[in-house]
Amino acid sequence: MSSTVTPLPETPEEVAAALRAAAYLADDSTALIAFLAQRLGKPVLVEGPAGVGKTELAKALARSTGRELVRLQCYEGLDEAKALYEWNYRKQLLQIQAAASTRPDAAETASIEMGEIFTKEFLLERPLMRAIANPEPVVLLIDEIDKTDQEFEAMLLELLSDFQITIPEMGRIEATTHPIVVLTSNNSRELTEALKRRCLYLWLDYPSSEREIEIIRLHAPEIDESLAARLVEVVDMIRELDLKKPPSISESIDWARTLILMGADDIDGKVFRESLSIIIKHRTDLELVAERIGPRLGRGSDPSPGPGKNGSR
Amino acid sequence: MAAAAGRSGRPGPSGMAEQILAFCEDLRREGVAIGTSEIQDAFHALEIVPWQVQVDFKESLAATVAKSPRDREIFELIFDRHFFRATEEKALEFKAESEAARSAAIAEAGDDGGPIDTEALADAIREAIEAGDESAMNDLARLAIEAFGQQGESSGVVGVDMQRIRRGLGLTANDGNGGEEGKTPIDRGQLARFERLLRRELQRNQIERQGQLPPARPLSELNRALPMRGAQDLAEVHKAVSQMKRRLATLGHDPRGAKRGRTVDVRRTMRSSLETGGVPLNLAYRPRRPRKPEIYVLCDVSTSVSSAATFFLSVLHALHDSFRKLRSFVFIERISEVTHVFQEERDFRQMAERVTSEGGVADISGYTDYGRVWREFLEDVSSDLGPRSTVIVLGDARTNGRPPAEDLFAKVAERANRTFWLNPEPELYWNYGDSVMNAYIPYCDGAFECWQTEHLETFVDIVASGRPSLQRPVQRKSGHRY
Repeated sequence: MSSTVTPLPETPEEVAAALRAAAYLADDSTALIAFLAQRLGKPVLVEGPAGVGKTELAKALARSTGRELVRLQCYEGLDEAKALYEWNYRKQLLQIQAAASTRPDAAETASIEMGEIFTKEFLLERPLMRAIANPEPVVLLIDEIDKTDQEFEAMLLELLSDFQITIPEMGRIEATTHPIVVLTSNNSRELTEALKRRCLYLWLDYPSSEREIEIIRLHAPEIDESLAARLVEVVDMIRELDLKKPPSISESIDWARTLILMGADDIDGKVFRESLSIIIKHRTDLELVAERIGPRLGRGSDPSPGPGKNGSR
Repeated sequence: MAAAAGRSGRPGPSGMAEQILAFCEDLRREGVAIGTSEIQDAFHALEIVPWQVQVDFKESLAATVAKSPRDREIFELIFDRHFFRATEEKALEFKAESEAARSAAIAEAGDDGGPIDTEALADAIREAIEAGDESAMNDLARLAIEAFGQQGESSGVVGVDMQRIRRGLGLTANDGNGGEEGKTPIDRGQLARFERLLRRELQRNQIERQGQLPPARPLSELNRALPMRGAQDLAEVHKAVSQMKRRLATLGHDPRGAKRGRTVDVRRTMRSSLETGGVPLNLAYRPRRPRKPEIYVLCDVSTSVSSAATFFLSVLHALHDSFRKLRSFVFIERISEVTHVFQEERDFRQMAERVTSEGGVADISGYTDYGRVWREFLEDVSSDLGPRSTVIVLGDARTNGRPPAEDLFAKVAERANRTFWLNPEPELYWNYGDSVMNAYIPYCDGAFECWQTEHLETFVDIVASGRPSLQRPVQRKSGHRY
């Protein structure tokens, strides 16, 4: 979109600073790999648990480099018609019919089919094609690649290694500019070796306490420093339990905002019970957390009988 | 590769390229699949990243070479081992300063080569552990090794030295019999961190002394062994369970590679053809319904196999979505249903305790009685068995001299659609001593050894996907369908 696409960075620190300016706090290895991705022009495969900022990284990269973000959300059954390109059948049929009515000569129709209806104007561009064909450099985000099937991965290989797409009827379309490609995966299945081989690999995990406090204060600036520290401490405790869905960073941020709205200045048993549903989204998890963490937070003003059972139901 | 390394622009010292190649070779030997293109990437990356900064160097190498959490783990281990000379040098420099700084804490330790006061050392270590100061712990670990070396107690075997140093310093975790003599107990996690450092230093010493790297193989093999003895660390077990849960979560219901034999959904095809003027350009297929088996698991929980059984059960229960019904039973001398335990309990440790305590399965002797188990199972449950049922038995088939009652087992197997036997002993030991595996095998659709997580994984895959076993005897069950 914008014409102010920044030049390639010189050092990882530069990337880290740019990401920070785009409201993303990258740790050293994240910044380093973002730097390598831009300098080497290789796709990055980002894996890690849900909600640690994998998708956000791609968005922040787009913001920090002033590129457009092209996003392809993967799902089971996604095929090339939805991801790459599709011929606009209806338009083609209309074209043939229109041509047939104006030129009712059989020999002419044959030439129409090959030459005229397989051109760019009958092509419906899907995200991958859009990323390649865009005259401006873009950031291409292929989100949750593990949700697709292996055939789709194989289809991506040409794109990822050569940044080109082959359309049988038209020939090869090569990228005019070098996109930054970010693939994310929740690691719900093993990706193929061939795909991994073409990517740089980044494993994102839950951030350290200090970094998470920083992140929270960046996104919820009104929060008190000690409250943020307390919040992160509690979230860390919760993540140590064996939950169906441990709280993610975005949920900690939501929680921080909730606490600000509630006007709480400390997380005691009462506040915890009332706002628990912000960070825990499973009934059984709610029970477990209320039982294990609730009592460790002190009673608060409300004398709660038993280990916080009333808060969870 | 040598060409890439020799390029004039590369800032690395001579020999660095060979080092990196050798390092990749090491990784390959550990089972990390590294292609030539990946090594090339690594070199490209190192051209633009300053190799002098250790973190950047390591991370760039990891990003290009280690592409899964497991590979990364191996990478960490090998990296430390391979590049230890560089780190060692740095550590020596560092030690020169830090020793001066720490001389106050380590009373009278200064005099070059003089004996180090163990008491003071132990106190210093305690302090460092409590403060969680990683670099201090690292230095102190080295000092401790030195101190014990001076006393001539070094045995040269890492494990033995670890034990001696620990005992010598009186380091015990808080839930052991520590706390005596008014010493403050140490947090177990922190102590484990110190021990890890200690072990690394010992290994480093050993590498230096012998001038060669320790054999790498056993390390990766050990990690994959199934937890067999109750004494094993439950945290480890838990980690393995959650890893496997994740990996298996998608197995039961994935359509990958299952495009063959699909049937066309005519109605939907015709409907979508309306868009294209009645020309059926896109075929619509009928979705496949995954076959969901009913599973009955019978686990031997006598001391010899109990933790493997709990492990196995909790993996299966984590996957209960893939099954129509899942009922689990444990047995020693008698049988008892424990399905509810897994529905209620999330914590592995407590799960294990409840399975063995609530079952009420041990009667008098505590020895497995297969005959009685089959009889009770037949009486109580077998009327529920049907053509969808899969029966899985996990046990070592050691009857302690009691009759195996294979005729009763045959009846169970006959009623169920499929019957599998998992034996936590390697196949080599089957039918030795009181193991009567051969009596049961003819009635099973498959008998597997199951002492590595890999075995278990393939097995769960077979069961969850509803695929028939490869070892199925064809003749059986021809007449007896009801």
